[in-house]
Amino acid sequence: MRSRLLQSSTFRLSLLYTVIFAVSVFGPFAFIYDETVSSIDREINAAIDAETRGLMTDLERMGGAGLIDVVNERTADPADLDAIYFLADRDKRPLAGNLIEWPRNGVQEGRWYLFEIEAVEGGRETSHHIRSRIEVIPGPYFLLVGRDIHERDKVRNTVRRAVGWALALALGLGIPGGVLMSRRVLGRVDRIAETARQINEGDLSRRMDVGDSGDEFDRLSESLNAMLDRIDRLMTGMRTVSDSVAHDLRSPLTHLRNRIEQALREARDTDDYRKALRAALSDTDRVLTMFNALMTVARAEADMGRQEMERVDLGQVAAGVVELYEPLVEERGMEIAASIAPDAMVRGHRQLLAQAIANLVDNAIKYSPSGERIALTVAVEGAEIRLTVADSGPGIAADSREQALGRFVRLAGRETPGYGLGLSLVAAVAQLHRATLLLEDNTPGLRAVLVLTHA
Amino acid sequence: MRILVIEDDEQTAGYLRKGLKEAGHAVDWSKDGRDGLFMATNERYDLFIVDRMLPGIDGLSIVKVLRSENVRTPILILSALGQVDDRVRGLKSGADDYLSKPYAFSELTARVEALLRRTGGESVETRLSVADLELDLLKRTATRAGQPIELKPREFRLLEYLMRHEGQVVTRTMLLEGVWDYHFDPQTNVIDVHMSRLRQKIDKGFDKPLIQTVRGAGYTLRAE
Ligand SMILES: Nc1ncnc2c1ncn2[C@@H]1O[C@H](COP(=O)(O)OP(=O)(O)O)[C@@H](O)[C@H]1O
Ligand SMILES: [Mg+2]
Repeated sequence: MRSRLLQSSTFRLSLLYTVIFAVSVFGPFAFIYDETVSSIDREINAAIDAETRGLMTDLERMGGAGLIDVVNERTADPADLDAIYFLADRDKRPLAGNLIEWPRNGVQEGRWYLFEIEAVEGGRETSHHIRSRIEVIPGPYFLLVGRDIHERDKVRNTVRRAVGWALALALGLGIPGGVLMSRRVLGRVDRIAETARQINEGDLSRRMDVGDSGDEFDRLSESLNAMLDRIDRLMTGMRTVSDSVAHDLRSPLTHLRNRIEQALREARDTDDYRKALRAALSDTDRVLTMFNALMTVARAEADMGRQEMERVDLGQVAAGVVELYEPLVEERGMEIAASIAPDAMVRGHRQLLAQAIANLVDNAIKYSPSGERIALTVAVEGAEIRLTVADSGPGIAADSREQALGRFVRLAGRETPGYGLGLSLVAAVAQLHRATLLLEDNTPGLRAVLVLTHA
Repeated sequence: MRILVIEDDEQTAGYLRKGLKEAGHAVDWSKDGRDGLFMATNERYDLFIVDRMLPGIDGLSIVKVLRSENVRTPILILSALGQVDDRVRGLKSGADDYLSKPYAFSELTARVEALLRRTGGESVETRLSVADLELDLLKRTATRAGQPIELKPREFRLLEYLMRHEGQVVTRTMLLEGVWDYHFDPQTNVIDVHMSRLRQKIDKGFDKPLIQTVRGAGYTLRAE
């Protein structure tokens, strides 16, 4: 069975990153290593070449005996084993230099001859690695010029060790780190999956835990929660609509049914039937009007219609509504005063905004006694646009204002026409526009304020 | 006039056909979107009445196809999808009018007559006149029997709408849509107040009123 850890993509990712990391550490080190070692090599080689050239000139100038003198002179200090000089005869027997005998068991590498020597330094026997160049001089003699390359080897070994450690460290920290990290991440994914499972099983109120680090997981959880909230709101909206449709359309439908039944039972002549049918028709219209209003409210509450939003001048929309209602206001012996700021641009749904404003004006007319004045203002206040419809009628008591926004809520008597859906629509349209709806006291009267964002 | 009804619900279609026939039209009916589209492209009609949700091809697609094939016949969409956004989408697809179900038959006939009598192409008129009432569309002035009538801009547009639909019944909803561009019904009947004001201005003091109320339907403007 493969372990969960190996299956987790996080672990695989962290492994991959560790490898990439290791390679990226190794790469520069290898380069540095190569550069350092080869530059030392170049220096050594150049020194050997220069030395050899010098000795060859000496040979030309002073002949064989002279060369022996020079070599002897250069190897006068027995402690100096850095530079190796050795002059041998045709049988490779020593003539001069700081080697006891011609080196054997060395290796030829290109034009370089590599070998090891044993020396006694400070009473200790040490081994030295020598790189050398051999010239055959007419005679024939053999001239060997070499350099101790153990310093170079030391550098090389240091760098190699460093690379080794770095790699070991990269892998040693990277793999457990990756495992730890993937454990942590796995745990959080598991928690999200577990929550999702619970939601799936019907506990729709469950939400993802959101930490306070604001990292990707917190953001993921937040978006999931936002999505769940929205689904919840949509479902609640849908349920309330169907509940209220079921509940509130039931009574007018019952009424309608009774009326028809009664007509069938009691009507004597066509006139009776005609009367009953006409009444039934107007009952039906009532139901339809209610139904349409409910649908509009439900759709706005469910955030439908946001795609239809555009940049609109709220002032123009409001002016249109004022103009639509003006004759009615005057007919009721009232007055409507509009004060509208220019360029009150908002992102909005023109029709729904107009309908919401119309409902507010409608209420102001309906609930104010005649002779009163209605004030409609649209004001631009910084980043906000405030639309106010104020009347000086009875207003709504402070503790009933929240309630007045509910569906089918009618606070005043039954004598005024209406279904109690007007303010529900205003509230839903406000929500759709991410606007705030305030119902305030106009002392006396109601002041309804819609606060929208300036676009 | 010849009308093609594309509607899958038999009862709705039956009611519609009966009513339209009584109004003196010849009505063909298709139950299915595909057949309906075929009939619409292959025969001559004066009006299409199209439902939105249909088997085969949906109503909006039918409208789009017809318009893309340069069929200019007026189209009335009749749909159970009656929200503002549905209407706007329907009109955007190329339909000339949109009526949501259920509807009052008077509303339907008024709209059908308006579409059937629509003068082909928007001829650029500069004057409208009905009896002794004259409207100068350029100067935005109105006169009745030579006497100038003072009209507010919206009253002018209301009167213009009525005169363009001379002799036809226009409903309150048609006026709200056509004159105010509002696609919702205000809670209180505001149109009647506007109409009575307009009446005051153009009919008061003349013995032949031009604006008439059509009971249960709307208004009509005509020269007796
Ligand atoms: N401007 C107002 N002045 C006084 N009361 C109001 C006002 N607007 C609304 N109300 C109260 O709030 C209730 C709910 O209003 P609304 O949702 O518009 O329904 P409706 O007007 O159909 O009754 C009304 O029944 C009324 O009692
Ligand atoms: Mg109201």
